[in-house]
Amino acid sequence: MHRISCPFCGARDEIEFHYRGDATVLRPAPGAEAEVFYDYVYTRDNPMGWHIEWWHHVSGCRQWIKVLRNTATHEIKAVSKAQDKIEKPR
Amino acid sequence: MASGRYSAFRLLAEGLGGHRGWGRAWRDPAPKPAYDVVIIGGGGHGLASAYYLAKEHGIANVAVLERGAIGLGNTGRNTTIVRSNYLYPQNNRFYEKSLQLWEGLEQDLNFNVMMSQRGVLNLFHSDSQRDQYARRGNSMRLNGIDAELLDREQVRRLVPILDFDNARFPIYGGLLQKRGGTARHDAVAWGFARGADKYGVDIIQNCEVTSIRMTRGWVVGVETTRGYIAAKKIGIAVAGHTSHVASMAGLRLPVESHILQAFVSEGLKPLIDGVVTFGAGHFYMSQSDKGGLVFGGGLDGYNSYARRGNLPTVEHVWTEGVALIPALSRVRVLRQWAGVMDMTFDGSPLICKTPVEGLYLNGGWCYGGFKATPGSGWCFAHTIAKDAPHELNAAMTIERFRQGRTIDEKGAGPFPWLH
Ligand SMILES: Cc1cc2nc3c(=O)[nH]c(=O)nc-3n(C[C@H](O)[C@H](O)[C@H](O)COP(=O)(O)OP(=O)(O)OC[C@H]3O[C@@H](n4cnc5c(N)ncnc54)[C@H](O)[C@@H]3O)c2cc1C
Ligand SMILES: [Zn+2]
Repeated sequence: MHRISCPFCGARDEIEFHYRGDATVLRPAPGAEAEVFYDYVYTRDNPMGWHIEWWHHVSGCRQWIKVLRNTATHEIKAVSKAQDKIEKPR
Repeated sequence: MASGRYSAFRLLAEGLGGHRGWGRAWRDPAPKPAYDVVIIGGGGHGLASAYYLAKEHGIANVAVLERGAIGLGNTGRNTTIVRSNYLYPQNNRFYEKSLQLWEGLEQDLNFNVMMSQRGVLNLFHSDSQRDQYARRGNSMRLNGIDAELLDREQVRRLVPILDFDNARFPIYGGLLQKRGGTARHDAVAWGFARGADKYGVDIIQNCEVTSIRMTRGWVVGVETTRGYIAAKKIGIAVAGHTSHVASMAGLRLPVESHILQAFVSEGLKPLIDGVVTFGAGHFYMSQSDKGGLVFGGGLDGYNSYARRGNLPTVEHVWTEGVALIPALSRVRVLRQWAGVMDMTFDGSPLICKTPVEGLYLNGGWCYGGFKATPGSGWCFAHTIAKDAPHELNAAMTIERFRQGRTIDEKGAGPFPWLH
């Protein structure tokens, strides 16, 4: 069971959240090439290890948050507000 | 030692000798310095690909490289459902070819894969869902695949134990594919391994591929934990590790890895004959020959390579089961496990060439790749041997995403964890 420390609500069970994937892909500018949009919509690094991802606290404060989680161990190392920057450990 | 042909007579003869004369089912060779084709991944798909390369295309100078023991990946972790009841022709024609191969697989491989065509029944719970299932059944029949739409009373005769009058999800009927069913997962890996070995294919276990060597856009070989192995062509068939292995050749794919759990109950007297799926959620169940109920549901729902699931999904899947068959609330579950799924962004697979010459990709099986095992091997062998896809896998490319030709059975959009 993941316990996610929402920056607004504190530690909550994963069932309160919805997952929304890799938070490192950024929406390109409207005029960007189709190829850039293709990468944004469809391709991912899909790392085994640290992954920065979006979770939506739907059953809580309804804020989007960023989570640094390990895809091999399920360890959660950091949680931040959507606008804050999270670094992957080396 | 070659193992000879298996037969009832052989069983009797070996029994009289105390079963000491069977011999190995396949050799345990050291890797040769070079092969015509190297297949990365000794799951059902990699082994079937090697088998059909040798059998259909006469290419037997082939090695299957497996980092652990064969068949311990998703091949040995699934709920063994075999069917071809898909909506889109790009999928259902391919899966139908696979089902037809399953129907003759035991004779072809001389190995008991326990293929049991006990029927797959998809339940529907509303008028609109009936329309949707009728549409899928019609698409199947247009492509020559068996499908029957059953009403509530026909379903009741087939599976009386269901809760037909559940207040939220009453059962309106079901879409039945009689030729669907289950098979023995391990046996499929072993049967293909033994079959490929007989043609001279080297099955090399405990041999992890750590990098792919290329010169001027062509593959030339692989670096492994057992040394460098040269190859004219390389096929990737590593399921949950598709992104990782493809990245060794510089590819970034429309694939994410997610976990899927499965469960087996204590042994019970016969409860259900075939495979039954719940239409108001994601739950499917069959009963094994030993009496255990084998069942599963949806993904845990977040990127993971952990090969173990979390409790919220356990609770969710069991709740669905009890909604369908209230008697399940008294059943004890004995075992639970998970596998790493190669989820694509439209829920359909990849059997294709890649931008790297001599490198071929088999992956993106999501959680439907067990039924595909023979068909996938058959099409992948064709693609590798001819350097061009067969028409049955021509749509299963990486480019389809770029071209807007996704094959999205569920209409869930580009979110792998929703397929
Ligand atoms: C719980 C669960 C239930 C499922 N239920 C069904 C079902 O009912 N019906 C259905 O059709 N499908 C089902 N599936 C999906 C199905 O199991 C898979 O799609 C299918 O078995 C994939 O086969 P494969 O040969 O591609 O992969 P695998 O069997 O996973 O084989 C891949 C192999 O590659 C090896 N490998 C990885 N990296 C390397 C490397 N670097 N070097 C060498 N080897 C490597 C791995 O060790 C592994 O043995 C289910 C899956 C799971 C987990
Ligand atoms: Zn919150």
